[in-house]
Amino acid sequence: MIPDHPAAAPAEPVVHEIDFWRDGRTVGSWLLTKDHKRIGIMFLAGVTLALLVGGVFALILRLELLTPDRTFIGPNAFNQLFTHHGVVMIFLFMIPAIPAGFGNFFVPIMIGARDVAFPRLNLASFYVYVAGAILLLATLLIGGLDTGWTFYTPYSTTSYSTVALAVVGVFVVGVSSILTGLNFIVTIHTLRAEGVTWHRMPLFVWAIYATSIIQVLATPVLGMSVLLVGADRVLHWGLFEPALGGDPVLFQHLFWFYSHPAVYIMILPAMGVVSEVVSSFSHNPPISYRAIAYSSLGIAFIGFLTWGHHMFVSGMSVFDAGAFGILSMFVAIFSAVKVFTWTATLYRGRIAVTTPLLYFFGFTFLFVFGGMSGVALATASLDIPWHDTYFVVAHFHFIMVGGTLTGFLAALHYWFPKVTGRMYSERWGLVSSMLVTLGFFFTFMPQFLLGNAGMPRRYWSYPAHYQWMNVLSTAGASVLALGLLITFGYLTAAVLRGRRAGPNPWGSRSYEWRVPSPPPTHNFETLPRWRKGPYDYHYGNGGAGNGDDRQHA
Amino acid sequence: MATTASTPEPAAPHGLAGPYHSVPARDNALHLGVWVFLGSETLLFAALFALYAGYRAGYGADFHTAAHHNEMWIGSLNTLVLIVSSFFVAWAVHLVRTGRPRPAVWSLAATILLGLTFLGLKTLEYTHHFAEGIKPGAAYANEALPGPGPRMFFTLYYAMTGLHALHVIAGLIVIACMLIGVRRLRINAARPTLLEIGGLYWHLVDIVWIFLWPLLYLT
Repeated sequence: MIPDHPAAAPAEPVVHEIDFWRDGRTVGSWLLTKDHKRIGIMFLAGVTLALLVGGVFALILRLELLTPDRTFIGPNAFNQLFTHHGVVMIFLFMIPAIPAGFGNFFVPIMIGARDVAFPRLNLASFYVYVAGAILLLATLLIGGLDTGWTFYTPYSTTSYSTVALAVVGVFVVGVSSILTGLNFIVTIHTLRAEGVTWHRMPLFVWAIYATSIIQVLATPVLGMSVLLVGADRVLHWGLFEPALGGDPVLFQHLFWFYSHPAVYIMILPAMGVVSEVVSSFSHNPPISYRAIAYSSLGIAFIGFLTWGHHMFVSGMSVFDAGAFGILSMFVAIFSAVKVFTWTATLYRGRIAVTTPLLYFFGFTFLFVFGGMSGVALATASLDIPWHDTYFVVAHFHFIMVGGTLTGFLAALHYWFPKVTGRMYSERWGLVSSMLVTLGFFFTFMPQFLLGNAGMPRRYWSYPAHYQWMNVLSTAGASVLALGLLITFGYLTAAVLRGRRAGPNPWGSRSYEWRVPSPPPTHNFETLPRWRKGPYDYHYGNGGAGNGDDRQHA
Repeated sequence: MATTASTPEPAAPHGLAGPYHSVPARDNALHLGVWVFLGSETLLFAALFALYAGYRAGYGADFHTAAHHNEMWIGSLNTLVLIVSSFFVAWAVHLVRTGRPRPAVWSLAATILLGLTFLGLKTLEYTHHFAEGIKPGAAYANEALPGPGPRMFFTLYYAMTGLHALHVIAGLIVIACMLIGVRRLRINAARPTLLEIGGLYWHLVDIVWIFLWPLLYLT
């Protein structure tokens, strides 16, 4: 047991243990920590770095596309950069960002546990991620990669670039993802505190649970198929090589069997975040808890049956295209259930307009827009002309990137007081959330139009009449980058000298707001026994500081 | 699960450093963790099974001929070897649970011996194949079975049995650790969990082979 310490500050009378930031200050105490909160912080540092690197790649791409011909990089560099952008953003930022970062930090607290089920495995998962990241970044430095993040054969088995190292990197990052998912599944099954039944878990935990199932079941298929690409390339196995009797389309099937569910690995955690945010800032319970919880599982399930919609132009029969199209549209049903439930949760709530809530609005807008274009793309007759145009680029950036990025930023602001114990500046939060959302919109909205007008993706040059929309898109990207830089700036300032937040600055009822900010190393002095659920807004005064109804065992 | 277990547990040899407050709760989590892991492993093999299904649909007759070229007695004997080895693991679990560590060590030794027998037979088979020019991918040079169909069959054969053999080797290391644990009485009647979950892994190795056997030897 950690001995009792006197309260650190009068504002926080609950503090009896030192918080996890101050519990050991050496580098070793971080690098060898088994504390899920510190591992979460290290993951967050890693994914933020990846966001920065991937974002710089994106800006270079957008700058090149300012003019119809060569602006400052050539076609080879362009091919490599869009590949690097995709690989870094998908494997190093979006997949681990919310589950491994915020999930690690908050899932144990939200279910009343001291840690995840297997803390050492959790730390191992972080180092495996770092190892994979080093392999991938080494690929970019050694010879680059120009296959696109999809590694389509036969190009990936013949390209001059460093494919073999990259596929090993992807495999290693995948192992990290599997270990994280496994840990969460076991944690959620076996470590819920008394009173935290399945239907009294915060909705974020449901989303992470659904995500973990996908991570555990889909990632090995990707791992295997990219290793087979490596075998084709290095050992000339020819599994996907037409000259040796192989079929490249089979690679696409295996690849998308993972990579379509993978977009739900990215978006489901963001949906979990906005479920928390919308309830906390409207001070209303979700209008239907079960609708949100079960639709997460529904998306996870149906996501395994939709991969074919990436392959309508790869020689798929009309019947298959129709079947995959209809199955894909089921995702829209589950997603619409969520969007309507979130929106209805606002109704007659006591709404506090804060940065996380603004990101919720941004999320909803981008998600609905992207989702509707997704339903259109699931229709083969529409997909075939739009395929490999900027329309598809705009679609998946709206729904997947827009969803994950705004969800990530909502989480960052929502849980910032809990993680750091400090408040950020709402004024700057308002400015930056506007810049990010509008910047995002103006980056990708023109790309819908470009794609519809026929501009193909992955080209470094284009006919001159597409220029004005490309200029608009680049301008939008610059605004987005500015918004992210400002966010980084004021959050850093807030860590250093923001005012103290106290345990529950938002007046939320959810479990994580019942422990001190920042939480002590073991989260709870004694294991909690919560009588009131995470969305219990129907009693007393829901104002700030009133959320602690924790009952000691 | 994680209730307020303040009841003193029997002194645990490993202690309970993690988040669990009772040995049964921790053991339950270990079991669940291994089952989830095995589910993930199954999907790793599933990618190869899916490829097999795809190419079999295209090269049905060639796959049939090529499968019959494989020595059925080696494949079948290996199936028997693995099933018996799985029995010995299960038997060891039973012996440890009922407090008989000495025969359990022998039972695990038998498992290891059978696992090594499996790998020996497999090596023999690979050697045969290589001598006949049956090598994976572009290196394939068998004149009796020419063409892309048999080549694809044998490439998949190497991928699937190779991945399986890696799992056999990993499983043997796991079982060897279990053997040491039982010998030193760290795994005992009160704490059989590690052996149980190690045994589960070995059963996975066994079950995967039971699916490989008909696909690669019998059809």
